[in-house]
Amino acid sequence: MATILAVDDSASMRQMVTFTLKGAGYQVVEAADGQEALNKAKSQQFDLIITDVNMPIMDGITFIKNLRQEANYKFTPMLMLTTESAADKKSAGKAAGATGWIVKPFNPDQLLNTVKKVLG
Amino acid sequence: MSIDLEQFHETFYEESFEGLDIMESGLLELEQGEVDLENINTIFRSAHSIKGGSGTFGFTAVAEFTHDMETLLDQMRNGERQVTVPVVETLLGSVDVLRNMLNAIRDGSEIDVDNVSEMTTAIKGILGVADDVSVATEDTSSNAGGKGWIVNFAPFVDIMKTGNDTVRLMRELNSLADTAEVTVNNESLPPLNELDPEDCHQSWCIKLIGGDVSEDEIREVFAWVDDECDLKIESLADGKAQVSPEQTDGSEQQKTPAKSGSEKRANKPAESSSIRVNISKVDELINMVGELVITQSMLSRFGESEEFNDSTIERLKDGLAQLEGHTRELQESVMRIRMMPISFAFQRFPRLVHDLSTTFNKKIELIMTGESTELDKTVLEKIGDPLVHLVRNSLDHGIESPEKRVSAGKSETGVIELSAFHQGGNIVIQIKDDGAGLDKDKILSKAREKGLVTSDERLSDDQIHDLIFRPGFSTADVVSDVSGRGVGMDVVRRNIRELGGAVEVKSTQGEGSVFTIRLPLTLAILDGQLVGIGEETYILPVISIIESLQVKAENINAVAGNAEVYRLRDEYIPIVRLYQIFSVEPVSTELESGLLVVVEAEGKKIAIYVDDLLGQQQVVIKSLETNFKKIEGLSGATILGDGTVALIIDIAGLIDLYQKDMATNVVSIKGAAA
Repeated sequence: MATILAVDDSASMRQMVTFTLKGAGYQVVEAADGQEALNKAKSQQFDLIITDVNMPIMDGITFIKNLRQEANYKFTPMLMLTTESAADKKSAGKAAGATGWIVKPFNPDQLLNTVKKVLG
Repeated sequence: MSIDLEQFHETFYEESFEGLDIMESGLLELEQGEVDLENINTIFRSAHSIKGGSGTFGFTAVAEFTHDMETLLDQMRNGERQVTVPVVETLLGSVDVLRNMLNAIRDGSEIDVDNVSEMTTAIKGILGVADDVSVATEDTSSNAGGKGWIVNFAPFVDIMKTGNDTVRLMRELNSLADTAEVTVNNESLPPLNELDPEDCHQSWCIKLIGGDVSEDEIREVFAWVDDECDLKIESLADGKAQVSPEQTDGSEQQKTPAKSGSEKRANKPAESSSIRVNISKVDELINMVGELVITQSMLSRFGESEEFNDSTIERLKDGLAQLEGHTRELQESVMRIRMMPISFAFQRFPRLVHDLSTTFNKKIELIMTGESTELDKTVLEKIGDPLVHLVRNSLDHGIESPEKRVSAGKSETGVIELSAFHQGGNIVIQIKDDGAGLDKDKILSKAREKGLVTSDERLSDDQIHDLIFRPGFSTADVVSDVSGRGVGMDVVRRNIRELGGAVEVKSTQGEGSVFTIRLPLTLAILDGQLVGIGEETYILPVISIIESLQVKAENINAVAGNAEVYRLRDEYIPIVRLYQIFSVEPVSTELESGLLVVVEAEGKKIAIYVDDLLGQQQVVIKSLETNFKKIEGLSGATILGDGTVALIIDIAGLIDLYQKDMATNVVSIKGAAA
């Protein structure tokens, strides 16, 4: 089963994402900010990245930008969790290399559907 | 798959309250004129997280309220809005409203709607938007499904580099319709020797037939790659091309969860029931448990072995010694889990001081040090109120008005210092102000008026200052609407004593006062000195023992009545015969045949007469109140290694008890400690 890296500075969101994905049989590793996520992604290969945008230390867009430059993450799907319905965050994310986004608030079903879509 | 979101609520509340505290302290910094972008960003992130979480977990009202705050903060961080005092004040007010909302939701009580709408209006007023903008215009694009669609999808060369997979898009489209016919256009595919396999050179034409698909559903599939492809969608029904206008968000509009009715919850106590623990602390624990298991398996071998000889007994002893070490380490690690930095109690003070100094028209600088000092979570939760009282007190009574300060030759701004540090096995918290100090004469005359001291008593300065902690001292004309909300300093002292701590005050008139609170590191375990009186064993907290000594007859002085004092170097210390107070049969009533243990609490010393010292050990404190009832002079009980129960002496309580005893005998111990 696929391994997913879930990045969010909010513990409750992280818990929810992890719980939902684990319930569906995925393996999940958590990180609380972009820097921690980057370190974890470099030490272990993930099949999908789900990251929040607004985080301390390193935000989600910078994280995606950095990770996309890694050879093993050239084609890995990376999704942003964003409350920003404003187009500028999305396009900034896309420019950094994000595959797509999930708009907050979302419920567990929406999350699972998107993940299934991406991982096939 | 349905998941019960309620299980995440507790975490959400916890981090939201933390977020609110962060916002509050950040805003207070802003108010002091330090416009720091990182600070605004931090405040924004907290609001943003609360909004995201509350939306996800179904607290619509909170999400809506936070939305406007977030918008305002976003303008501030983008430099579109100036950081002014009214804006910051409004945001501070919003933080309070938000906190009330979250509290109400957690406790299952009603949200104060008036309060919320008032604040919402205030923020909208700043934002300069009318109240009704929230209704977004939904998309108007045609949804004529008809028989089917022709989708022309021509991705740009770089589409794969964002992790998007064209095959996935096809698969998704396929899942929408009954049948899909796909035609690949390979025209622009370069010759093999020039081909970069990471580029995408194909385009596709997909014919979707049946399945009642809407155009929006198709656009949704391509939402992520909208700017990485040319997309044309034509309806099969009329054959008319509906060229896509720039429209990305129509289908992405936030869908607010159905209702807020699920926000009701059973009543919860205000003390939080969960605790956040650093992973390293947990790892340490797991490590220790591992060691224990190893020791246990080592020891269990001896249980199985048939015979015992000297060498097995030797190894058994080794094993037991290891077991002891590991148990102690495990115990310490578990205790550390309960430890939290005192900043949790301190963080409310900047706001408090800010608000109060406005109320009193005083200029105050608050300095906080040692915020990372850790203490037990329960102690931390319970020390908050006494601290607030003391800080209020310093602000109200201690610091003078700016005019008075200037005329006294001080700087206009008063300073309150809040500090925490370790001393011995204790945590010490000090509240220090550079205000007027305590007025000895006023206190003394007040105390005489109240009958707390007789007019012929001569008291040292410290003893006079200590009078403010006596029950019944707090009086109307020294109480203002802030400090004197029905709680006097006696309550502060009582609360601190309940935590096994002590509070004392040192003050110099005209220069200021220092309140010092001493607290035990934990409430659960105590380093105890076992003492024997007759058949009974009592436990004295090691921390309050100054010394133990054999009695020399020439140093015993009887003073008026039946009081005795012991001359220790230059001090006269009252002797307390514990067997009298607890009515037990001692081995001997002759002071010379026993021992004196000199103990100190809240600046007062007594010498406790005991038959024997039995040894020191850590004891687990069992509450008397929960198992029996509160008894003056005792702070709890414990069970010793041999199974007997020993009572733990509360030194401060014992001193009170002794003083009361003496007072009823019309013998005061005046001057004894001087």
